[in-house]
Amino acid sequence: MNGYVAIIAARFRALLQYRAAAIGGLFTQTFFGLVRIMILEAFYAAAPLGVPIAFPQVVGYIWLGQATLLLVPWRSDEDVAEQIRSGTVVYELTRPLDLYGMWFARSLAWRTAPVLLRMLPMFVIAMLVIPIVAPGWQLAPPASVAAFAMWLACFAGAILVSSALTTLINITMLWTIAGDGVPMLVATAATIFGGLVIPLPLFPDWAQPVLYAMPFAGLLDLPSRVFTGSIGVDRAGLVLLHQLAWTLVLVAFGRWLLARGVRRMVVQGG
Amino acid sequence: MMDALRLYGRYVGISVRAQLTYRATFAMKAIGHLLVTGIEFLAIWALFARFGTLGGWTLREVGLLYAIVDIAFAINEATNRGFDKFDSILKKGDFDRMLLRPRSTILQLLGFELQLMRVGRLSQGIAVLVWASGSIAWSPGGGAFWTIESLEVWNAFTYGGNYAAGYPMDIYRRWFRRFFTAVVPLACTAYLPARAILGRDPIDAWHLAAPCAGIGFLVIALGVWRLGVRHHASTGT
Repeated sequence: MNGYVAIIAARFRALLQYRAAAIGGLFTQTFFGLVRIMILEAFYAAAPLGVPIAFPQVVGYIWLGQATLLLVPWRSDEDVAEQIRSGTVVYELTRPLDLYGMWFARSLAWRTAPVLLRMLPMFVIAMLVIPIVAPGWQLAPPASVAAFAMWLACFAGAILVSSALTTLINITMLWTIAGDGVPMLVATAATIFGGLVIPLPLFPDWAQPVLYAMPFAGLLDLPSRVFTGSIGVDRAGLVLLHQLAWTLVLVAFGRWLLARGVRRMVVQGG
Repeated sequence: MMDALRLYGRYVGISVRAQLTYRATFAMKAIGHLLVTGIEFLAIWALFARFGTLGGWTLREVGLLYAIVDIAFAINEATNRGFDKFDSILKKGDFDRMLLRPRSTILQLLGFELQLMRVGRLSQGIAVLVWASGSIAWSPGGGAFWTIESLEVWNAFTYGGNYAAGYPMDIYRRWFRRFFTAVVPLACTAYLPARAILGRDPIDAWHLAAPCAGIGFLVIALGVWRLGVRHHASTGT
């Protein structure tokens, strides 16, 4: 266990160095947040009868999405891809740690440190600066302490789902060494079905069961809805269940796939 | 001038041949790019399915706007890869080599790479354009189309600007609209031409001036570029 903790700690320290990128990202995220809010405000202006989510909640949802958007598994881990490309992945196999566990630990750090780095300043902007500049567009605090606590738990759940997806993307690199095909497909699905582009409740009603059956809903959509109160505290446990169940499925599938990949791995001596 | 065009043609030829060496990778990238950019329109469609209208604009009308911006942006992304990667070109010291050559740096950067995978976004934009123009009552104002040039020098706000321009400008707050009309002529790239095409505005001096805004922005950008090059101090690598 200590080995995995050391991997996470080392990656965490390395990733926290990228502070300049975080500031640049903050500007872009604020800009995108404002544009998205303006677009949705214009849509909501057309008598939103029977719209399943209220406008203030949509505003909060958008800011939370912008704050935690690095949870979306956009790419494979560059270092792991390099291990696979160059063949040094066999050195990893000689270590007294499980390969899946090592890759998962790396993903866990990668899906936590950069998110935290951007999330906290984004919260300050959305909660404190926006109300002064553009009243009505701010991120409202959660309805209760219980809602906030449940959101924290769901946020942790989102990190688990995201890490499991990232590790799975890494494993597919064993088959598609040069192409970015699978990562690109997963990233596309996670972007739209995770709730980054528009809030999932705004999709047509017939699509809702499908959208919420997928693991991506657990990334941005479900935690944001717990925060804004669009999902009540009483039902937040189901969100956690959704996230944990999908994490287990993705980990099990990833382990199985990795075992197959390792079995067909050919080590060239020399 | 002819000489420069011929040189550019050569640059492009080399770049295209290099990318077509790995055909499967190219196909996968192009299809991936088509899907990645296609989700943007999927989201617009979903919002219209939910709300019906956007400040008096229909889905097809917004589709026209979106398609104009998307096509322009695809061309921009495909041709301006050199400017995109300029920071790494600069860091590696490759820009110094460009300065040594007896051709303009802008030509060399334009010829850096013609990114073929952008055909994904392009085909998506064209598909939306064809669909959107199917049932639109065209007004005779279509001539304002080529203002798309101004998107090409759009670097600071690239993706955000592209995203914002895909929706009608009149839904945004006044400060935002003013900034993107007067300071950065984003509104001129698609919004004003689309209004003219859809017959929402009578053609007046504003619409005729729109392409000039693009050219003006290009001139300013080139001026800033020259200034930057003059103050360029090599990293020494």
